[in-house]
Amino acid sequence: MITETKKSERIAINKYNFDWSSTGIIMALIVMCIIFSVTTKSFLSPNNFANISRQISIVGICAVGMTMVILTGGIDLSIGSLIGLTSVTAATMMSNEFPIWIAVLLTLLLGVAVGALNAAIINIFKVPPIITTLGTMISLRGVVYIITGGMPIYGLPEKFKVLGQGSIGIIPISVIIMVIVFVFGYVLLNKTPFGRRIYGIGGSQETARLSGVNIQKEIYKLYMLVGFLGAVAGMILMSRVNSGQPSAGDGYEMDIITAVVLGGVSVSGGEGKLSKVIIGVIFMGVLANGMMMLNINEYWQRVVKGVVLLLAVIIDIRSRERKSVVKA
Amino acid sequence: MDSPILELKNITKLYPGVVALDNVSLCFRKGEVHAIVGENGAGKSTFIKIITGAIKQTSGQLFFEGKEITDNSPQKAIELGITTIYQEINLFQNLSVAENIYYNRYDTKYGLINFKELEIKAKTVLDKLGVDINPSELVKSLTVGYQQLVEIAKSLSRTVKVMIMDEPSACLTNNELKYLFDIVKRLREEGVAIIYISHRLEEIFQICDKVSVFRDGHYIKTMDVAETNKSELIRLMVNRELTESYPCIQLQKGEKVLEVKNLTTEFIKDVSFSAYKGERLGFAGLVGSGRTETARAIFGADKLLSGEIYVHGKKVNIYSPEDAIKKGIVLIPEDRKKQGVFLYRSVRDNIVFSYAPKIANLLGIISKKKECTVCDEQISKLSIKTPSLEQLARNLSGGNQQKLVLGKWLLMNCDIIIFDEPTRGIDVGAKQEIYQLMNELSENGKVIIIISSELPELIGMSDRIIVMSEGRKIGELEGRDITQERILELASETRRIVK
Repeated sequence: MITETKKSERIAINKYNFDWSSTGIIMALIVMCIIFSVTTKSFLSPNNFANISRQISIVGICAVGMTMVILTGGIDLSIGSLIGLTSVTAATMMSNEFPIWIAVLLTLLLGVAVGALNAAIINIFKVPPIITTLGTMISLRGVVYIITGGMPIYGLPEKFKVLGQGSIGIIPISVIIMVIVFVFGYVLLNKTPFGRRIYGIGGSQETARLSGVNIQKEIYKLYMLVGFLGAVAGMILMSRVNSGQPSAGDGYEMDIITAVVLGGVSVSGGEGKLSKVIIGVIFMGVLANGMMMLNINEYWQRVVKGVVLLLAVIIDIRSRERKSVVKA
Repeated sequence: MDSPILELKNITKLYPGVVALDNVSLCFRKGEVHAIVGENGAGKSTFIKIITGAIKQTSGQLFFEGKEITDNSPQKAIELGITTIYQEINLFQNLSVAENIYYNRYDTKYGLINFKELEIKAKTVLDKLGVDINPSELVKSLTVGYQQLVEIAKSLSRTVKVMIMDEPSACLTNNELKYLFDIVKRLREEGVAIIYISHRLEEIFQICDKVSVFRDGHYIKTMDVAETNKSELIRLMVNRELTESYPCIQLQKGEKVLEVKNLTTEFIKDVSFSAYKGERLGFAGLVGSGRTETARAIFGADKLLSGEIYVHGKKVNIYSPEDAIKKGIVLIPEDRKKQGVFLYRSVRDNIVFSYAPKIANLLGIISKKKECTVCDEQISKLSIKTPSLEQLARNLSGGNQQKLVLGKWLLMNCDIIIFDEPTRGIDVGAKQEIYQLMNELSENGKVIIIISSELPELIGMSDRIIVMSEGRKIGELEGRDITQERILELASETRRIVK
């Protein structure tokens, strides 16, 4: 049944064309690691690796959700504020001696509820995701400051430190959670009808609709999932700093989006792989860690991160152009 | 004979791994309508893009009025007087006709646009075309056919020496087509060289002087239209004998499967009809007459304002395509690329897209094995030509893309299949296959609803035809009554009454 046509030969030849978008980022990561290990003393220490992996776990967990959102052609700017919100609500509950499991459950529910709110605004009022989540991003951060009065919340149960600071053997628990989330996300995106619909909506929303997809339902599911992951990340952050910080998660949305885009996910939707996003996440983590070790000041770090984001997008667009020329 | 206005010598275009055009030489003369034909992928588009400066040839030379052009670009081509009319409308829907015609070339007075002057100038161009359109009207209020005419007016508002028409008739109905032909004739008399690309071979015999055939990136031959015929062209295009005919089947009218009563949406009014088991029901009418909109209403793609739909005698509520599919109604939409397939997804994904939940296990994970079996089945059943299941849909030809959409629906156990412009932009060989498939489905008791702007196709493929105009059902033709004249009469007569 599979016919050998001329086309298959053409494709085979195309395979040998270097795909910079996937290999470029890996090469850049390797080069960066070499530079940091030469220029700093402790970059290569096992301790530092544990450190980096802890740092990336929060961005990594959220990147799974963000990847799916961006695949549909949307974006979620409110994720950083949600991390802050879930972080301080969980802290408030725990410092008021709620049983830990109830606090965790309620916090997860809060995350899902915020996701549902985003989806509802997108679905019912047809507000584009970027504006919807910009609005909730600003408002939620306000709520965080109202809850805390601008002061950090201390007095968390000793046991809960395990989530952000504990480890099994040498592997931090937060990293294990991140790996679980990635595997879960990978299966969801690649092996389930839901994943197919996500790619479909991003590829052509109209085709998806005419293929029988209830777009609104999928948007609800998707943003609720992102909210859930945001709540998980929020609690890990809280546990790591052992307090509920009102500024927790501030600006994380940008790191997350940058990591996803670095991983080759097209911001116009429909194209990208979760397996590459993990490299984007590691890249961002190593970059931040290395710059810190080199004592590069924070202002310059921002400049570098922004430039990296732009470079990633430019490489992405260039490689896409090249592909489309091949097919024309 | 005078020297050619445009000449291409030994043009070759290579893409990594693909020879899109192989050493093509061709020339075009003033006052000549020159058709270019070939199956999809024959290299026509590449050839045109090189002339318009959209892409650059790998080797070969381009001469315009005897002078070589070395730095061709879209801008340069327009300056030289080479313009192109595409099958898609590229107008600003929210601007007036005059503004569209002179977009970005406005006359200004003290830095402000002089709209009066603009409209007078636009009127002159439109009059020259013999078109009766008010220049101050918004483009979105015009029918697609008229919009196409505005496109032509737009290109004629500059100096035109070579006009390329890329499938200009794809969206036009027969009436509008006649209009287009008049314009082509007028341009020819004025000495414009016209390059005409169309999948509808009849048109070439009606309007063109010369025809060049392309196949697989090679130039095959140029002939005088008067000295060739349709079957020779088809043979040269596909390199095998093929007749463009409509396979006929005998209908046994079965039970009533679909009945719609007083269907009303934003676009259609009070449409009622029934369809029977194994019937092939055609919908005729001008573009915008409500054919597609009726289909979309039944399929739940447009919001129903009032009306009832019965499937197998039972009243059904359809609020979305999701509902329609559950009731066994499916639609193969007119815009294949934007509504039919996911261009950047694999063949496998496209086929099982809607069926996926049914081959998922308890955990919701799709069984790869079942998925491949199901896809292979459809691929062999519909003879979809693809190197592998993982090939992206965008790399398939139009006909094979259309089959992907059909395959997706055949998995869904549907009774009523609506084909909206099933063969638009599809080459001759693939068309035959699509017709064959439609007939097989009807023989298996499916209701086939066909919407088409190509009258011969519609007449050849339908047992009964409903004619629409201005969003209403105007008439119904069956058996011997189905003739091109009768359909045109119905589709256009009422139009006059309404106006």
